Amino acid sequence: MKAFKQFCGVVAPLDRINVDTDAILPKQFMKLISKYGYGDYLFDNWRYQDEGQPGDDCSIRPLNPQFVLNQPRFRSAEILLCRDNFGCGSSREHAPWALRDFGFKALISTSFADIFYGNCLKNGVLPIVLTEDEIDHLFTLAASDVTLRLEVNLAAQTLVQSQGVVHHFEIDAFRKNCLMLGLNEIGLTLAQADTVRLYEDMRRTTEPWLFPDG
Amino acid sequence: MKCSIRQETSEVPKTLLQKLWETHVVRHDPDGSAVLYIDLQLINEVTSPQAFEGLSVAGLSPWRSGTIIATSDHNVPTKDLAMGIQDPVAKIQVQTLERTCDELDLRHFRMGEKGQGILHVIAPELGASLPGMTIVCGDSHTSTHGAFAALAFGIGTSEIEHVLATQCLRVSPMASMSVQIDGVLPPFVTAKDLALSLIRKIGTAGATGHAIEFTGSTVRGLSMEARMTLCNMAIEAGARVGLIGVDETTLTYLYGRPHAPRRAAWEAAATFWRTLHSDPGAVYEKVVHLDAATVAPQVSWGTSPQMVCDVLDKVPDPLDEVDPTKRQALVRALDYMGLKAGTAIVSIELDKVFIGSCTNARLEDLRAAAHVVMGRKVSSRIKQALVVPGSGLVKSMAEAEGLDRIFIDAGFEWREPGCSMCLGMNDDRLLPGERCASTSNRNFEGRQGQGGRTHLVSPVTAAAAALAGHFVDLTVDEKRS
Repeated sequence: MKAFKQFCGVVAPLDRINVDTDAILPKQFMKLISKYGYGDYLFDNWRYQDEGQPGDDCSIRPLNPQFVLNQPRFRSAEILLCRDNFGCGSSREHAPWALRDFGFKALISTSFADIFYGNCLKNGVLPIVLTEDEIDHLFTLAASDVTLRLEVNLAAQTLVQSQGVVHHFEIDAFRKNCLMLGLNEIGLTLAQADTVRLYEDMRRTTEPWLFPDG
Repeated sequence: MKCSIRQETSEVPKTLLQKLWETHVVRHDPDGSAVLYIDLQLINEVTSPQAFEGLSVAGLSPWRSGTIIATSDHNVPTKDLAMGIQDPVAKIQVQTLERTCDELDLRHFRMGEKGQGILHVIAPELGASLPGMTIVCGDSHTSTHGAFAALAFGIGTSEIEHVLATQCLRVSPMASMSVQIDGVLPPFVTAKDLALSLIRKIGTAGATGHAIEFTGSTVRGLSMEARMTLCNMAIEAGARVGLIGVDETTLTYLYGRPHAPRRAAWEAAATFWRTLHSDPGAVYEKVVHLDAATVAPQVSWGTSPQMVCDVLDKVPDPLDEVDPTKRQALVRALDYMGLKAGTAIVSIELDKVFIGSCTNARLEDLRAAAHVVMGRKVSSRIKQALVVPGSGLVKSMAEAEGLDRIFIDAGFEWREPGCSMCLGMNDDRLLPGERCASTSNRNFEGRQGQGGRTHLVSPVTAAAAALAGHFVDLTVDEKRS
């Protein structure tokens, strides 16, 4: 994972509640065995007028002109403004991979589904939770003719509008540190391997039936 | 660093969640998160290949291969298995898992083997999902295993790799929610209806950040299979975890199963497992009550598992919703579903019926559906009615009871086990505009096939709908006869 850098990006508004991971990346693309290359299939059922299949050349597929990401000004969006319970449903990490591969670095919503939230952070995509009033306000701004840009500052835990309005957000210290430094969590846990083995020794005595092979 | 299974002597009553959490903490973090030890990992073909690749690139191997059970369930065909998988992309995925399991010497069930099936069906029937465990799988319906008082939850692919490499996972703290269900279930009302009724009440984000523990006299009276249905659907209410405390029903189910401990080990385990319930007076962050006696058969009418009503209700009117964002979601859902506000649910005509999935494809589900179907015929309106058993074992037990004949004689197709039309990754799916009564768990847009329209119901409601060609209320039929 790359280290998360401060950036200022275009905000694309997706004004729907309960957007599920099946919508973010439809199941047929989960048959791929790579970790990358899902950006063209992001929101496939909403973005295109035909049914996509893995390997399709998406540059020749008919686009749905109504869908927000098909508007030229949002094609380079790096921030997705969402509504409540974004990322609900399936645990597929392919959903954050698709968002990342499209170019999104941050998502803003009133709430995210638990598994999706964790999956985003593992892939350098920052899910930001703001209040309902703040989200409503941002949707109003994003709907205007002037393209909304926000500066995302993870170190300061702020979103800053061009006029200087600042929104503060929370993130737990461990996850923030991993994102800021682009750390691999596996390496961090493996550094505690002795502690894990001690734990196993203890558990082998309290619940020996879980260690049938000794 | 202190590694602690806390041996607290204090009398403070604990929830089941607290007990399970505390016994798995390898390391505490100051923010309440913890590195938890994982006792069992279930692995499917769809969400694991990237994790195994990552492991291999890092030069690592699984920390404890004996704690892994793998099978392909999402992509597998449910008929003509001898012909193999026709879809070349899916075939690569299934072969990749087989090869990986061979290389790493992991317990793996191949397509067509009797032990193969949906992971959330086979692990419990093997007795591999045990009380007091932590269980993870790259599939959100891992909450199913919480019916055994196990802390079981779905994870992403990065987390699969993390557990493979370290046998641990860093987990954020979960709040506890008690869903207390009391009262006697009316005839033809099942655990599925309880689950849908709960989600209708609290919404699909109602339990986000929480582990739901199902409590109350109704839950105590449910079989293990019904409890699994309830915990399976916890994720649709936003809860990563569903839980039910151990009682004699749990122990009776587990006794003698292939992976369950035996003899002296069983006695020791059972003694410990009997402590795995919330203590009297334990405090939950949130409590929700449900009166089972007032729950009717439920039918979803929209594109979210919270868009549900009684079978005798009408499709709601979006104009009754005051919040504009929610109203827009209702309008959109009705448009996608091809339904008009005010339409009676029982008048909705169907094209397909699917009885299957990790929610409702266990023996008891098939028995209940077969009981409704027995001696009758699927409506000529219905283009396809599928019964897909949850596992090879469920299939063979159902056949031993003659359930397959009841379904086949009525005009159902009797298939091989797999996830099938729940998410349509194989050939079993809806075509655009097709409407299906489904015992699965998600009615999202396109879930069962692009443009497909899903109505979530219980197995008995699905069976009755197959016979009539539209939804019917069996409780009304019952009173009439």
